Amino acid sequence: MVGIVIVSHSQKLAEGIVEISKMMAETAPIIAAGGLDDGSLGTSYDKILAAVEEVYSSDGVIVLMDMGSAVMTTEMVLEDLNRPNVKMIDCPLVEGAVLAAVESAGGRSLDELSELIKDSRTANKF
Amino acid sequence: MDTKKILAIIEAIAKRIEAEKNFLTELDNEIGDGDHGINLARGFKAVDEKLPTFADKDIGAILKGVGTALVSTVGGASGPLYGTAFMKAGNVCKGKMEITEADFVAALDAAINGVKMRGKAVEGEKTMLDALCPAYKAIKVGIDGGKNLIDALADGVDAAAKGVEYTKTIIATKGRASYLKERSLGHQDPGATSSLYMLQTTLEVLRST
Repeated sequence: MVGIVIVSHSQKLAEGIVEISKMMAETAPIIAAGGLDDGSLGTSYDKILAAVEEVYSSDGVIVLMDMGSAVMTTEMVLEDLNRPNVKMIDCPLVEGAVLAAVESAGGRSLDELSELIKDSRTANKF
Repeated sequence: MDTKKILAIIEAIAKRIEAEKNFLTELDNEIGDGDHGINLARGFKAVDEKLPTFADKDIGAILKGVGTALVSTVGGASGPLYGTAFMKAGNVCKGKMEITEADFVAALDAAINGVKMRGKAVEGEKTMLDALCPAYKAIKVGIDGGKNLIDALADGVDAAAKGVEYTKTIIATKGRASYLKERSLGHQDPGATSSLYMLQTTLEVLRST
């Protein structure tokens, strides 16, 4: 299964999104990388790296992030890792995460998953 | 400029950022998420603690070490932005125990391009680039025109200060301040301000040594 990492400035937000996603897909390898080491707001290079390593398999990993430094720090982690099967995707964080968890648990490949999540960009709530 | 001077500059920047921490955070409270000063001070504290381990390193390795420390400790956008800037400058100075005026200009150019690349930003968006880009242009013109580094850098600092003033007159289109749209008018950009402090501090150290 494709691993999923949720990067947010807030540990609570990242963990909450993992919680919501697991409601739909209990078996999905989804993990939070939120906040700084002391739990304060911010994005941590080391936390993101450790999270990617934790859910990494040959199936690959996708990383979803909130904004600003979450995007830039993830970009730096991915550049340093330099693994083609670890990708960051631009999408609404909650909808993208739920979709990713469901599709990962359903056995989708990294490429299929990446394309599907992009659809969440244009999905309307009502 | 040798490694000793580079280390003195970095140590002085760490002190300056610590001293301006509350002011930078106040600026960021106005138009951002209010963490710029605190974050950057945390980053430079980590840099300061690592300084003894840089003592026998070349300038490239020192700058790279500074960048790495910032990326892993700042926690806000200034971490990846300044981190990338120092790392890119480090690439230019790789293996060098001393750098020339031309190296300094090339390192600053690489640093600025790093910020542009990482932040997907250009001048005029109310970011650190509005201090750094005019500073670079002034320094380059000065060096190309035969000025020494101190005089050229003094021009650069003036240009950066004008750039910080200019950020008060424009609407932010990058970073957190962009959420405020026209309400960001009238406020100076915290990132441009911290960039100005780094350039000012560099000049002060060069003048005093």
